Amino acid sequence: MAEVVTATAAPEVQASGARPGRVSALVRSSLRWLGVLPFGAYVALGLGAPTVAIAIAAFQDSNTNAATLSNMHAAFQGTYLTGLQNSLELSLVCAIVPGIFGLLIAYAIFTAKRGNVLRRVVITASGVFANFGGVPLAFLFIAALSTTGVVTGWIKDVSGVDIWDHGFTLYDVHGIFLAYLYFQIPLMVLIILPALEGLRPAWREAAENMGAGTWQYWRYVGGPVLFPSFLGCLLLLFGASLSAYATAEALTGGTVALTSIQIGALLNGNVIAGQENLGYALGLIMIVIIAIVMVLYWFVQRRAARWLR
Amino acid sequence: MRKSKAIATFLVAASTAAFAAACGSSSGSSGASSVDWSKVTHLTASGPDSMSALVKAAEKEGQLNVITLPSNWANYGTIMKDFTAKYHIHISDAIPEGSSGQELQAVETEKGQSRAPDVVDVGTAFAVEGATKGLWAPYKVASWTNIPGIAKDSSGDYYADYGGYVAIGYNPAKVKVAPTSFKSLTNPAYKNMIGLNNSPTTAGAAFAAVYAAALANGGSYSNILPGIQFFAHLKKIGNFVPTAIGGPSTVQNGTTPILIWWDYLLASEVKPVVPGFKIVIPSDSSFASYYDQAISATAPDPAAARLWEEYLYSTTGQNLWLQGFARPIELSTMTSNGTVDKTALAALPPAPAGALTFPTQAQDATAENVVTQDWAKDVG
Amino acid sequence: MAAVASAEQIGSQAPRPAARRRSFPVWRWAVLLIAAVYFGIPLYSGLKFAGFKAFTQVVGYQDFGSAFGLSLRLALIATVLTLVLMVPTTVYVHLRLPRIRRMMEAITILPIVIPPIVLIIGVLKVAPGFLISTPNLLGLEYVILAMPFAYRSLDSGLRSFDVKTLVEASNSLGAGWPTTLWRVVIPNLRTAMLSATVLTVALVLGEYTMASLDNFQTFPVWIVNFEQNSGTVAVAASLLALFVTWLLLMLIVTLGSRRARKHGGAEVALFTVSTQTRQTVGETE
Repeated sequence: MAEVVTATAAPEVQASGARPGRVSALVRSSLRWLGVLPFGAYVALGLGAPTVAIAIAAFQDSNTNAATLSNMHAAFQGTYLTGLQNSLELSLVCAIVPGIFGLLIAYAIFTAKRGNVLRRVVITASGVFANFGGVPLAFLFIAALSTTGVVTGWIKDVSGVDIWDHGFTLYDVHGIFLAYLYFQIPLMVLIILPALEGLRPAWREAAENMGAGTWQYWRYVGGPVLFPSFLGCLLLLFGASLSAYATAEALTGGTVALTSIQIGALLNGNVIAGQENLGYALGLIMIVIIAIVMVLYWFVQRRAARWLR
Repeated sequence: MRKSKAIATFLVAASTAAFAAACGSSSGSSGASSVDWSKVTHLTASGPDSMSALVKAAEKEGQLNVITLPSNWANYGTIMKDFTAKYHIHISDAIPEGSSGQELQAVETEKGQSRAPDVVDVGTAFAVEGATKGLWAPYKVASWTNIPGIAKDSSGDYYADYGGYVAIGYNPAKVKVAPTSFKSLTNPAYKNMIGLNNSPTTAGAAFAAVYAAALANGGSYSNILPGIQFFAHLKKIGNFVPTAIGGPSTVQNGTTPILIWWDYLLASEVKPVVPGFKIVIPSDSSFASYYDQAISATAPDPAAARLWEEYLYSTTGQNLWLQGFARPIELSTMTSNGTVDKTALAALPPAPAGALTFPTQAQDATAENVVTQDWAKDVG
Repeated sequence: MAAVASAEQIGSQAPRPAARRRSFPVWRWAVLLIAAVYFGIPLYSGLKFAGFKAFTQVVGYQDFGSAFGLSLRLALIATVLTLVLMVPTTVYVHLRLPRIRRMMEAITILPIVIPPIVLIIGVLKVAPGFLISTPNLLGLEYVILAMPFAYRSLDSGLRSFDVKTLVEASNSLGAGWPTTLWRVVIPNLRTAMLSATVLTVALVLGEYTMASLDNFQTFPVWIVNFEQNSGTVAVAASLLALFVTWLLLMLIVTLGSRRARKHGGAEVALFTVSTQTRQTVGETE
C-alpha cells in the first residue's frame, strides 16, 4: 500500500513543479484537458442533455407546450407531496440500515486472509446482486414470504404461528425495505471496500503499541478516519434508493405513494393520460434532490481524502 | 351506341390499368394506387375506394405495423395469423406487452419511420387524447352503423372494438366459499386472498375494478370514491393483497387465489393454467369497458391499416374476438342477426341485462384524478 | 480460524490480551452467516417455486432467443464503448490530471443516483430520430450507467501497479502514447478491464426500467413480460442469469489473482487492491 501511495503522490509533485515559459505552460495545461474531452462530451450528451430537456419540459404544459408553473405546483400537492415525503423517508432508512450492515460485511471479509475464497465470493456476489432488482426480486420475496411462501411455511411448521395472521405483510413499506436491502447491501459493500483499504495496518499497530484496545482504536483512530467515507457511501445509498422503482411498484401496486412510481404512472401508465409534464416536473425535483446529495458527498469526500489517499 | 360505350369503357379501363401500373412501381409504404388511402374515410360500394381496391392496395403494401397486441389477449394471435393467411400481409407486432401510453408515444416519436404503428388498440382515455393531438385518421368501417353511438367518436377518429366486464375469478381448490359479488368479498374467509391485476393508478383493468366496486357500493360514474373506500376496507380487514404482479402466476402459487380482472383475460390467461378456475361477474355491479381502435394519421401503410379495420369489424373478425372470450362491440347486432358464433358466446359468463353504458370522458377523467390522488392515501 | 488468529499474534510485536483477538473471528462469522441467510433464502424460495423443469424450458421459450440476443448485443456495444472511452480517460487522468480524480469520482458516481426512469425520459426527448428507432440508443446509455463500476474498477487496477514508472520507461524507449497504452498499460489492466466488462454485462442483463420505457424487449423486459405467461420460467430465467454472471465474475477474479501471484503485482478483486506488502506487515484488524 505504501508503494502505491508514493506512486500517486509523485505525479502531483511533478505537475505542480516548475515548467519553462509561462505562456506555453498555460497552453500546455489547457491542452492537457483535451485528454478528458471525449469523456466530458459523452457525459454532457448522455447525462447533461437529458437533464436539461427534463428541466425545460417540467415548465411546459403537457398538451400545448406553453410555459407554465402548474406542473411544479401540482408536484407539491396531495399524493405527489406524500410521495416525495415517503420517498425521502424510505430512502433515509434504506441508506442507514444497509449502510451499517454493508460496512460490517465488508469489514468481515476484508480482514479475512488475502486470496480467501470467501472474500472472492462475497465481492463478486456483491457485484452481481447490486444490479438485481425489480419484478424478479419482488417475485423471489413473494415466493419466500407470501401467505404461501417458503419461509412462512417454515415458521408455521416450527412454531405453529402464521405470521400473516399476526399482522405481518409484505406489501407495504416494510416489505419494500426488506426487498431494497437485497441490492443496497451489496452496493454498500462494493463502495466502502476501497475506503477500508485506506486504513493502514501501521495505524493499528501503532495504536496497539501504545496500549489501545479494539474499542479505543475505533473510537480514536479508525472511526474518525473512516467516518467521512462511510457518510459518503450513505449518501450514495440514499440516492440509489430514491431512484429505485420497479421493485416497490411490483410489491405494493401503487398503495404506497413513491415519487419514482408516480413518474412511471404518469409517463408510462394506462390510466392517467395527458399529464406527462407533471412526470417531468417530479423528475426534475428528484434530480435537484440528488444534486444536493452529491454536493454533500463532494464535501464529505474531500474530508475523507485527507487520510485515505 | 353500345359499341362506342364498349369502346369508352374499354378505354377507361385500359387507361386506369395503365395509370395504376405506372404508379404501381413505387414502394409499398407510399401507397401504390392513384388513391391516397391515408385520406380515405370510408369505403364505397364500387370504384377506386371499394373493398376490392382496398384489398389490392393493401396487398401491394404488404406490411402492417401493429403495437402492444399480446397473442393471448382476446385471441389476437389467431386474428393476426388469419389476416396474414388471407391477405398475405406481413404483420409486425411491436412491444406486445406494452401500454396504451406507449402506443401513443410510439405514434408520436416514430412519425415518418417505416416501423411506426399503423393502427392502435388503446384505452378510451388515450384514444381521446390522441384525437385531441390530431394523431388519428378518421375512418368509418363498413359495419359502422352496427357500433353503438356511445362507443364511437362521431367523426370516426376512434371506435370501440372489444371489451368485457370486470369479473371475479377464483381457484376453487383454495377458495372453498364461492364469491358472487363485491359484497361477498368482505367475507373473513378470504383473508389474504384477493388481488388485482396491477395498480389502479397505472392499469386500466385495475382502475375498472375500482369503478365497478364503486357502482356496487353506492357510487356512480361520477363518483368513484366508494370504490376506493371499499378496497381500503378490504385491506383493513386483511383480505386485499395489494401486489401489482397479480396474474396467472400468483393465482397458481396461491398468493392471490381470488383475482379481479377482465372476464376475457381471466378466461384466456388464467383458466388455462389453473385447473377448475371459475369466473363470475359480480351480481351487484357490472362495469364494462371497451378498448378502441384508431388508425394513425401518419400510418406508413394506410391501405393495410384500413383493411385491418375492415377485417376486425367483419363478422369473421368479431367472432374471432368472441372466441378469445372478449365481447365484440357488434355483439348485439350479430346476436339478432344470427351471425354470432353461438359456441363461443356460450363459453362466456352471461352478460348482465340492459344496454351498454360507459362513463363519459369527463367522468372518466375526474375518476382517474380521484384514484391517482386517493388510492395510496386511503388504501395504503 | 484459530490458526489465523495465532498467526496474527505471532506477526505482531506488542503483547495484548489474547481473549480480545479470539472473539473477533466469531463476530465476523456471525455477520456473514446472517448475510448468507438473508440472501440465500429468497434464492432458494425462487428455486423451489420454479422447479427444475422450468430451467430446461428457459432457452426454448417464446421470444427468449430474440430478447437474450438483444441484451447480449447491447452488452457488447456498452462494453466496447465503455472500455474505449474509460480506459484512456482513466489512465490519462491518473497520469496527467490527478487533481481532478475526485471530480471524476463524483461525476462517475452520478449514474448510480440518477433515477433511470428520469434519465430515459430525458434521453427520449433529446435523442435524434435515427437513434431512437434503434435499440442501440440503449447501448449508448448503458455506457453511462456502467460508468461508476467501470471507472472504479479501472482506477483500482491502475493503483495496483506502478503506472508512472512503466509509462515513463516506455516513453523514454521511444514509444508513442498509443503504443504505450496498448502494449504497456493495458496488459497490466487486464483483470480490471475484465471486471469492468463483466459488471457492465451484469448491469445490462439486469436493467429493466430504461429498456421498458424505450419500448424494446431486452432480456429483463422479456422476463417481466412473460412473468404473466409463465411465472416459473421467468423466475428460472432471472435466477439463471444471476448465477451465470456470478460464476463468470468468480472465474475472472480467480484467474486474475492466480496470474498476479505468478507474475507478481497486486491482486485486484473488482474494486479493491491488495499488495504483497500487506501480508508481511500483518493483517489489518
